[in-house]
Amino acid sequence: MLKLEARPQPSPAWTYGSPLLALLVTVLIGVLLFVALGKDPVAGLRVFFWDPIKSPYALGELTVKATPLLLIALGLAVCFRSNVWNIGAEGQYVLGAIAASGVALMADKGSSSWIVLPVLLAGVLGGMFWAGITAWLRDRFNANEILVSLMLVYVAVMLLSFIVSGPWKDPQGYNFPQSRTFDAATRIPRLFAGSRVSIGIFIALAGVACVWVFLFRTRAGFAQQVGGLAPAAARYAGFSSRRALWVALLVSGGMAGLAGALEVAGPIGQLTPYVPAGYGFAAIIVAYVGRLHPVGMVLSAVLMSMFYIGGELAQSRLGMPRSLTGVFQGLLLFTLLACDTLVNYRLRWAK
Amino acid sequence: MTTPRLQLTGITKRYPGVVANSDVNLAVQPGQVHAVLGENGAGKSTLMKVIYGAVKPDSGSVLFNGQPAHIRNPQEARALGISMVFQHFSLFDTITVAENVWLGLSKSLSLTAVTQSIATKAAEYGLDIDPSRPVHTLSVGEMQRVEIIRALLTNPQLLILDEPTSVLTPQAVEKLFVVLKKLASEGCSILYISHKLHEIRELCTACTVLRGGRVTGVCNPAEESNASLSRLMIGAEPPQLTHRAQQPGAPVLEVRGLSLPRADQFGVDLLGLDLQVRAGEVVGLAGVSGNGQKELLYALSGEDMRAPAGAIRIAGTDAGALHPGARRKLGLHFVPEERLGRGAVPTLGLAHNLLLTRQEAISHPRWGGGWIRVRALEQQAAGIIARFNVKAGGPRAVARSLSGGNLQKFIVGREIDAAPKLFIVSQPTWGVDVGAAAQIRGEILALRDAGCAVLVVSEELDELFELSDRLHVMARGRLSPSIAVADATVEQIGEWMSGLWQGEAHAQA
Repeated sequence: MLKLEARPQPSPAWTYGSPLLALLVTVLIGVLLFVALGKDPVAGLRVFFWDPIKSPYALGELTVKATPLLLIALGLAVCFRSNVWNIGAEGQYVLGAIAASGVALMADKGSSSWIVLPVLLAGVLGGMFWAGITAWLRDRFNANEILVSLMLVYVAVMLLSFIVSGPWKDPQGYNFPQSRTFDAATRIPRLFAGSRVSIGIFIALAGVACVWVFLFRTRAGFAQQVGGLAPAAARYAGFSSRRALWVALLVSGGMAGLAGALEVAGPIGQLTPYVPAGYGFAAIIVAYVGRLHPVGMVLSAVLMSMFYIGGELAQSRLGMPRSLTGVFQGLLLFTLLACDTLVNYRLRWAK
Repeated sequence: MTTPRLQLTGITKRYPGVVANSDVNLAVQPGQVHAVLGENGAGKSTLMKVIYGAVKPDSGSVLFNGQPAHIRNPQEARALGISMVFQHFSLFDTITVAENVWLGLSKSLSLTAVTQSIATKAAEYGLDIDPSRPVHTLSVGEMQRVEIIRALLTNPQLLILDEPTSVLTPQAVEKLFVVLKKLASEGCSILYISHKLHEIRELCTACTVLRGGRVTGVCNPAEESNASLSRLMIGAEPPQLTHRAQQPGAPVLEVRGLSLPRADQFGVDLLGLDLQVRAGEVVGLAGVSGNGQKELLYALSGEDMRAPAGAIRIAGTDAGALHPGARRKLGLHFVPEERLGRGAVPTLGLAHNLLLTRQEAISHPRWGGGWIRVRALEQQAAGIIARFNVKAGGPRAVARSLSGGNLQKFIVGREIDAAPKLFIVSQPTWGVDVGAAAQIRGEILALRDAGCAVLVVSEELDELFELSDRLHVMARGRLSPSIAVADATVEQIGEWMSGLWQGEAHAQA
């Protein structure tokens, strides 16, 4: 019988090596998958790992998708490090998008392009509000934040579909359930003509720096993480667990809401039922593959973005189902968990 | 010469990174009370688990009554006639004594038959217990009796006891020894695991000493002195402490009529506690654990902020509702009983663990925030590591990589280094090896001599008598009047540990 035996000292090198090994194993399984489906594995790998980076345009698209993933994952990392299990970032993202749209729809021809700031701020507040519901229920009634945050995703999606098919429906929209296209003034400034990359990427990278400083260089960030690592030690030190709960959920909700605002006021340009694209859930994988470390999450966000684009290309070029994206994302998380287990434990054959 | 009841030859057990037992030989004769003596981590527990079938040795042989025995699990051990009483009891709180015992026996017996046999065994050995009582109403000593009766019902030829006296009052220890001597006189062999030298010298007729997984001596403890046993166990004699006479100063901690209902179901209500600790004195708090010490310490440290106004004053300030950080500002520093997970974060480095209670390396501290100056923090940690002689891989070594004793030295060092006005420490040397324990006790006395008020909570009476100026005893959520150590005897404190001080206090008043 195979047994797992704890390693006395997990190898520090493999702690960082394990995401790379997990990626390698994911690719190998992917090759087997392509062969089993009767497709050329080289062509399959190309659409996932080469086409998304081969041209400036492709790189731009990669960035467009990586930006929301990174933003949401940064907030989630703060949450998960505090032992607060917010898995409802998707809902907070949707609420951010709705709130941002509310401000964006107020703009008209005469609006200054500074309106972008209130649009983004509304997104942040929307996400914070949605996560705040979870925090309040947990704080007041000790409700399980995993269930509450997840359930609120579905409430958010319902709210979105009510809004776009009712109050905010575009009267000239041929009865499609969507808002009118936002005024040009509200559009998030783009970096280059011909590419969809916006200043959102700089906001995300600034977020990386802020989260790093918060987690590793401030006492508040330290207190936040002690609550996750050893709750009794946090109590002994006098760090408030309520404060940690609220900070974790408001930060992650705000980041998810910001991502939602950047998305509706950026690439999408209107509020549609297609706003929830699964970024909130994919960001959970981004956070873990990136080791909950701000810099690690930059790399994992790019990787997950490749899977998104690869899935679309596999559909259009190779005639494969688009759900391959989900398969690859799931495989990556699964192999990462397996590799992490082997970093901390060794396999022993025991009679 | 008779066949030994149990003979171990060349037992070796390796765990990843550590050899728990290396070529251990052990022979127990019928009717012998055989001590296994060693410090924490010397390999005693592993050896017992080998005998009890819970751990398979890498090499070596086990002979039971001269026959080779391959014990694969505790059931087989019990079938052979080996029983074990663990340090931590495995009893269900909500059901009765008889039902608990019944659970571990074969299904063919009826509950009435089990009740009957418990009563018989109890009467035979003077183990006074009522089989129909629910377990949660029992004291710790009574729970241990249940465990011993449960072991005796299998009619063992070899009984293993793991640190059985760590939870008992001195009187209960005496009673236990009577039972064990009677058992041995009937031919049952007893393996007695302990690190308390005087107990072993009183009870045991043979002793195997372990150090670092190896046997360092086999002797008759009755013929040895504490010093010679200690040399075998740690390779050195523990240094003697000097307790200077000193006039205590103003009160730093004042507890007046502190009553608190329990915070959780299995806690203890605190009932009208009065306690005063003055500058320059050590007050010891004796008592069997689970009598309210934990609850009192939570209320003193600020981890429990429900204390009524005026009940707890630190350095003259009403502190009952202050959080731990605010009490630290008043000069209170506290070392909790649990090191990993409460006193230190297991997965963080030693330097970062300073931030739990120290703020010297924080710049611009306000609103509980501020910037961490990493280099200053690591220098501070390095200073404590050097000053308190902590064996660690530097300021970045994670807390859980340290041995229990070294981590305790670091945590005690972290709090003492803050130059507290009031120092509260719980079980300062629990699970700490003899050398480190002596060092920690020395540091506590040095702190007292420097004018700090010290409150020590401990289950080890020897330690309290060595350190304290005055003693209180805690029993069932109440606190005894204080008694000067010079006037106290172990017997009296032992009686007080059962809550029997009320009449006496009146007599003194």
